[in-house]
Amino acid sequence: MAIRRGRGVAAINYPTGMNLGGDPTQALVHSTPTGNFMVTLSSVDLGQGMKQIMAQICAETIGVPTDRVVVDTADTDTGPHCMGTFASRGTHRAGNAVIQAAREARQVMLEVAAEELEVNASDLETDGQGNILVKGAPQRSISIFDVALSAHFKRGRSISGRGMFLIPRSYPEKETGAMKPSTCYAHACTVAEVEVDDETGEVTVLTVKNVFEIGRALNPKMVEQQLVGGSWMGISHALYETTEPYYPNRDHGGTDFNQYLMPGPGDLAQTEIIVLERPSADGPYGAKGPGEMCANPQIPAVANAVFDAVGVRIDTLPITPERILRALKAQAGAPN
Amino acid sequence: MAKVPVQFTLNGAEKAEFIDSGTTLLHALRDKIGDTSPKGGCHQGTCGACSVIIDGELRLSCLTLAETCNGAAITTTSGLSKGGVLHPLQRAFLDAFATQCGFCTPGMIMAAKVLLDQTPNPSRDEVVEALSGNICRCTGYEPIIQAVLTAARSNSQNAA
Ligand code: FES
Ligand code: FES
Repeated sequence: MAIRRGRGVAAINYPTGMNLGGDPTQALVHSTPTGNFMVTLSSVDLGQGMKQIMAQICAETIGVPTDRVVVDTADTDTGPHCMGTFASRGTHRAGNAVIQAAREARQVMLEVAAEELEVNASDLETDGQGNILVKGAPQRSISIFDVALSAHFKRGRSISGRGMFLIPRSYPEKETGAMKPSTCYAHACTVAEVEVDDETGEVTVLTVKNVFEIGRALNPKMVEQQLVGGSWMGISHALYETTEPYYPNRDHGGTDFNQYLMPGPGDLAQTEIIVLERPSADGPYGAKGPGEMCANPQIPAVANAVFDAVGVRIDTLPITPERILRALKAQAGAPN
Repeated sequence: MAKVPVQFTLNGAEKAEFIDSGTTLLHALRDKIGDTSPKGGCHQGTCGACSVIIDGELRLSCLTLAETCNGAAITTTSGLSKGGVLHPLQRAFLDAFATQCGFCTPGMIMAAKVLLDQTPNPSRDEVVEALSGNICRCTGYEPIIQAVLTAARSNSQNAA
């Protein structure tokens, strides 16, 4: 009986979004009379930071500071359609829709500015600080604040835009079954080191080293936060989480979330995160979906590390002490 | 049912309410008084989201009857900032990106505050121990642990 060490590695490709008969998200953007911009979505920010990212995307496209953008989300009664925040699709799908809507709004904004400055709209550019300038003659400029006032009260224009991003439904080819469920894949690789007590079956994850390739990180600190939390969740999936933990008698089983096991602050592996940015071809400013994929590679990596440590393949999650002990018994030739 | 009077200070301000007997402090704070910083996660004492400080001690407001708080001094996370300046713990949580959905955050900050009030320079293990009654589903805890350690350091620098 001993504590045995093992190391496992796993790599994954992970689709951004999914395709269940077409995968659309729509967005609307409009300016207020004072030249702030409002993004309307029915997508949900559940803490991953979608509002911040959509504000950045809208601001970048229109050419204003991020704090000039307000994002309203999560009302499916009033917002334009979104398939939902799942499958790591939020940034990619909603972001593309916001870019399209913001481009249309920007075009109207430049047209109004062109009328005010008596130049061609195509000769105008934004300075990112809330002003519109004549290219090559920046002394001729107008603030977006004044453009919005003019649009509302003088010119009768709506500085607004509609955005739509749709990955059309992909049908499998009859002959081969081949299909294209996703257009954009994120990638990750994890090396996990574990200790397995072959007497109790208990697994301790010592270290996890993760590399994530997520397209462009639109907000690097928030990406890092997502990946750190996700890596922890991956270990949680690998070793802890189940709604049906094994009990000889189901009456003793868990009945509520408070009996749903997850690693606590005292059970943390030493975690390392490395981000590789390879901008995606069809993502908003090159982004892919880092959401769910970041909790995946730890699972096979831990399973492989357990195999490396004690020589048994656990093919059911979570990898509980009980499953390890049964597998060790079976390996030794004893009846289960 | 007859209402019972209850009187305490909340973040230094006198509060007096008539409540139904049996009302939890969590319910009284959120729905009567309007301080929604304590969160109701499990309503049965297992998640820590509802944590508040009563007379210097960390308490679960979902398991505390409001009528037992007569004369008490209650602190919640919404009372920590002073004149628009965030408490060092709030600052550290922001800087460390120690909050995502934010549901656990007020409870975490309460637990951390009691720790730092009693142990200004805690070890990592002491921080882990202090936070172990609070569940977070988002962050993986490490950013929270780091935030508490950072706040402790900045407190001791300010004191020095
Ligand atoms: S709500 Fe009080 S401990 Fe969960
Ligand atoms: S930040 Fe979401 S539960 Fe902790």
